[in-house]
Amino acid sequence: MSQEPAFSVRDLHVSYGGQPALKDVGMDIEPCKIIAVIGPSGCGKSTLLRCFNRMNDLIPGAKITGEVLYNGQDIYAKDVDPVTIRRSVGMVFQRPNPFPKSIRDNVAYGARINGYKGNMDELVERSLRGAALWDEVKDNLNKSALSLSGGQQQRLCIARAIAVEPDTILMDEPASALDPVATSKIEDLMQELKEKYTIIIVTHNMQQAARVSDKAAFLYTEVNETGKARWGILVEYDDTDRIFTNPRDKRTEDYISGRFG
Amino acid sequence: MSAFFGDSGSDCRTNEGVSPLKVRTTQKRRIIADVAARVGMWGATLMVMIPIFLIFYYIAKKGLPTMDWEFLTQSQPFSMRARGGGFVHGLIGTLIMVGLAALISVPLGVLGAIYLVEYGKGRPLAQVVRFFSDVMTGVPSVFVGLFVYTALVIPYGFGAVMGAAALAIIMLPIVVRSSEEMLKLVPRELKEASYALGAGKWQTITRVVLPTAAPGITTGVMLAVARAAGETAPLILTALGSLEIVTKMVGEPIASLPVLVFTGARNPFPAGQERAWAGALELLLLVLVFTLLARIASSRNKLQQ
Ligand SMILES: Nc1ncnc2c1ncn2[C@@H]1O[C@H](COP(=O)(O)OP(=O)(O)O)[C@@H](O)[C@H]1O
Ligand SMILES: [Mg+2]
Repeated sequence: MSQEPAFSVRDLHVSYGGQPALKDVGMDIEPCKIIAVIGPSGCGKSTLLRCFNRMNDLIPGAKITGEVLYNGQDIYAKDVDPVTIRRSVGMVFQRPNPFPKSIRDNVAYGARINGYKGNMDELVERSLRGAALWDEVKDNLNKSALSLSGGQQQRLCIARAIAVEPDTILMDEPASALDPVATSKIEDLMQELKEKYTIIIVTHNMQQAARVSDKAAFLYTEVNETGKARWGILVEYDDTDRIFTNPRDKRTEDYISGRFG
Repeated sequence: MSAFFGDSGSDCRTNEGVSPLKVRTTQKRRIIADVAARVGMWGATLMVMIPIFLIFYYIAKKGLPTMDWEFLTQSQPFSMRARGGGFVHGLIGTLIMVGLAALISVPLGVLGAIYLVEYGKGRPLAQVVRFFSDVMTGVPSVFVGLFVYTALVIPYGFGAVMGAAALAIIMLPIVVRSSEEMLKLVPRELKEASYALGAGKWQTITRVVLPTAAPGITTGVMLAVARAAGETAPLILTALGSLEIVTKMVGEPIASLPVLVFTGARNPFPAGQERAWAGALELLLLVLVFTLLARIASSRNKLQQ
């Protein structure tokens, strides 16, 4: 592998209130690729995603051990401020969650927080164009973001995320609340975004993972002997083509072919 | 199978086998129940409306004849027996004291609610604050008056600040609890969106949480203001009263609408009693304005749309 990884995950363990949720995850993520995280419900996909921008810090009782190196630096090191991580690792959530503010204020939010000094109108336009939303909203920038359709709201959330000029965008099932047309718009957009950004996307949808991603990580739930405790493990992480045509692990194959999950 | 499902076991496309008589009776029963429920509901609504309507009617009937421009702009004559004059000194006193009380209780109350929702979750201190807020909401306001009387009036004398302190203590728990409810309504997703953009906790609170909850908080504040504007007993003990306009904050007793209504109603002379009626009407209108403002604010509530 020639390129330096954007993220290197080593021995990552996550638990919520003492209950393990994710065990022993290790993976390298190359920049400017789309990485899909797939697996059955509750196997820890969101948990893993939220480790990349330290969103798990916000959950009381969440405990993370191991290393997540971001451009070679451990983001869980003691002297790292999670706020600075989140400025370069953006996130788009499962349900579109625009602020109850105008379209412009939504996009400008992150820049204002960060004390952006440049031309705000330009930034807003650039971000909305980047999220393929500009043409639809350019005449209504002062309208409430809540007046947009679900698909538009989700693209607004993407515009809002890229307005802070991150280099990575985390997406947690970004299209699961959208109709097929809006979904395909988001998928097209992802292909454009990957020119500039590393994208890690959690998805429930196998076809979507196969369509959009370069590499795929398959997580699966492991259960202990008593059947009481369950946690997620990384079963397989490989090129998407390989995962979908010729997986190494039986569990991956069963999941891909719809035998469970 | 078909016996178990009764009539629907027959051909459902044609309704064959469904007794027409049975359909009729069930329909009839449903209609009767519907009408009965409707009558009951209207009856209950009317019962609630009657006392409200009567209050409005009597206060308007008794107060309107005296309520003129002079009443709204003049202070009371020295003698209760004399006609003319008005309660403008009371209106000014009420506005000063309620305004001061709001100035104290709103920032404190909203900050307290922010603590409860955003910082104190599950901590013993938050439980204690919440418990005492509930207790304070239920404490008779005359106790609050007595407390301020002992704590402030005995050492410093009657005055606007003392009255405002009593009103602020009455308003505080209302502001805390209503703001807390509104802050709790702010979706976690919005806060997460803010954090994910690199905002800190305080930035998230001031730029997302508070603006989102602001209309609801305003509603709570207005209701607290309306409640404070009508308080009488604590003001008798802390502001006492006055016959003219007072703008000094400490060391001089100050009038207020509810206390003027109280003293006017207690006095034996018709002129004083008529002024009390007009004062009651003025107070009612004032409270109505605050309640109306609260309604307007809550209709702007983005979370409830
Ligand atoms: N905030 C939380 N508090 C406690 N447990 C949680 C929390 N979030 C997730 N979990 C638990 O962690 C496990 C993985 O959840 P999650 O990462 O959301 O799975 P996925 O996104 O794959 O459906 C689940 O068992 C879930 O119950
Ligand atoms: Mg999830």
